[in-house]
Amino acid sequence: MTMATAASVAPRNGMLRAGLPIVAFAVLAIGFALAGLAFGPVRLELTQILAALSGEADPSTQAIVTQIRAPRILLGVAVGAGLALSGVALQGILRNPLADPGLIGVTGGAALGAVLVIVLGAAVLSSLPEGLRPYLLPFAAFCGALAVTAFIFGFARQSGTTSVTTLILAGVAVNAISGAAIGALVYISDDQQLRDLTFWSMGGLGQANWTSGFIATLCILFAGAGLLQMARALDLFQLGERAAYHSGVDVERAKLKAAGWSALAVGAGTAVAGPIGFIGLVAPHLARLSVGPSHKLVAPAAALIGVALVLAADLAVRTAVPPAEPPIGLATSLIGGPFFLWLLLRYLRRSTPHA
Amino acid sequence: MSRVGRRFLLAGTLATAGLSLTGLRVLPALADQSGSPAQRIVSVGGTLTEIAFALGAGDRIVGADTTSSWPPEVEDVEKVGYMRRLSAEGVLSLKPDLIMLDDDAGPATAIDQLRAAGVRLAIAPEGTGLGSVVPKIRFVGETLGQASEAEALASRFEEQMDVLQSQLEAIDARPRVLLLISVGRGAPLAAGSDTAAEAIIDLARGRNAIVGLTGYKPLSAEAAVAAAPDVLLLPQHVAESAGGADAVLQRPDLAITPAGRNGRVVVMDSLKLLGFGLRTPEAVAELARALHPEHAAGIAL
Repeated sequence: MTMATAASVAPRNGMLRAGLPIVAFAVLAIGFALAGLAFGPVRLELTQILAALSGEADPSTQAIVTQIRAPRILLGVAVGAGLALSGVALQGILRNPLADPGLIGVTGGAALGAVLVIVLGAAVLSSLPEGLRPYLLPFAAFCGALAVTAFIFGFARQSGTTSVTTLILAGVAVNAISGAAIGALVYISDDQQLRDLTFWSMGGLGQANWTSGFIATLCILFAGAGLLQMARALDLFQLGERAAYHSGVDVERAKLKAAGWSALAVGAGTAVAGPIGFIGLVAPHLARLSVGPSHKLVAPAAALIGVALVLAADLAVRTAVPPAEPPIGLATSLIGGPFFLWLLLRYLRRSTPHA
Repeated sequence: MSRVGRRFLLAGTLATAGLSLTGLRVLPALADQSGSPAQRIVSVGGTLTEIAFALGAGDRIVGADTTSSWPPEVEDVEKVGYMRRLSAEGVLSLKPDLIMLDDDAGPATAIDQLRAAGVRLAIAPEGTGLGSVVPKIRFVGETLGQASEAEALASRFEEQMDVLQSQLEAIDARPRVLLLISVGRGAPLAAGSDTAAEAIIDLARGRNAIVGLTGYKPLSAEAAVAAAPDVLLLPQHVAESAGGADAVLQRPDLAITPAGRNGRVVVMDSLKLLGFGLRTPEAVAELARALHPEHAAGIAL
């Protein structure tokens, strides 16, 4: 047997072994999507749901299935995949297992944009035509995410190279600044605005309708496709920036692409669903645990895990205390927090040699 | 008992009698589905819910938001969450035939979804504060098909406010009142201008001790002393969580104010005090008696 055949057989076996978890995650994601369509505070029979899907149900059932549940699932799929892929790209590029879109200020920028509209938007809102008013907040959140990302990358880019350390530190600083700005806005807000922004900051898919769902999905499709193409570059980045450079990766371009696509994906998702924590952090780790380090596998696995987690969390908050609905951030952080601790513990146990 | 008080009692008895008659009248209408009054109502907005219960429609209310907490019977009603964070499907799961909403209920997406589901929506006229109560009474009356009862309720409300105004007009002294909306470890939150607190203090012939702050703002120790309140006003839940009204009054920043030196603190039911609604006349009278003890005998509904 020649070296070449041996080399080509080994990865194929690896692909096969890794393919299984990906199929399992896909089944899980599809399962949660179907469950999201089937279950909710209103109990619907399977025949009713099928009737609604073919447009033959009574107006109430029709609205529940096609106007409430379906756009929610679409948005959940987009947000889950977008957050997870951004997490994969940022953790890979920054070679930092803690990186997530929140770390480099993307989420903070989006939050600042949203809070600005909630507290100071009344004047702008009244001058907008009625039909555009609901879109001012998502638009501002989206611009905030993009602006902060552009600023941080511009800041960290000195004499043609981007320092990863500066990038993370600048992200921390910008997070602090936007946090203070939000604090100032909270200070001048009235009771109702305070309520609005507290609830916004915990996220939720309840704002989904077909328009917002489609816009977010479109943005995230673009960004996701861009991020998926970066798999090879991300693999090489793990050897270190210098090694990646010598292997032919345009490291500056890769960093810029990772940041730009992440900002687009997270900005679009956060704009419609609010900041949803932990998905961007946890999904990539879970993916690596099950399919190994190759980003060609990690990226799709993480996207599917992200989708499954967001849809599961949404199903949980929708059916936990009907007819009310707690924010989705409660569920994701409640799952994400303990999970992350467990992950840390596992990591510690592994790296400590047995006596 | 004063003449006014007796009149109030009489009106109350008559209203109750009228309401039970209405209840009887509604029953046969059940058979007739077309144009019959709604039987499964979700009410979003504390004042609307309070009015609906006062009109005797409480047994038709199957869901209410978290701002609906009066009368006590609301406790038994399913809660659909905060009024600006409604879940459309959650509301629909109660199978309502009418959803009655405050004008700032939301989010807009949920309202659109409810409309798409074909449920009848009734949105209350815009407005907050004293001036919004009567329009809301009329709105609920029309929506529930009880316009004449609502008219009686509205005129009773107006009459009570008129009676109070004529009683309070004669009082010249306007004590400075400091209302704290939360008292914790840090600076307490005080009510400035443009708040329901200031409005009710004005109605009771007091004067907000806090000038130059808008909304509810943290009050530094020096600002508390400078405000020199004659009376400290605490919503019930604030007094309770701070370990009693006297504990608040003994805080170093409040103890040296006139209110602290004279031990003048008033504790009132939070919702009655700050939520403008049917109990506002009662709240004004209670607060005015506490602020003007020398005139207390002459202040009654």
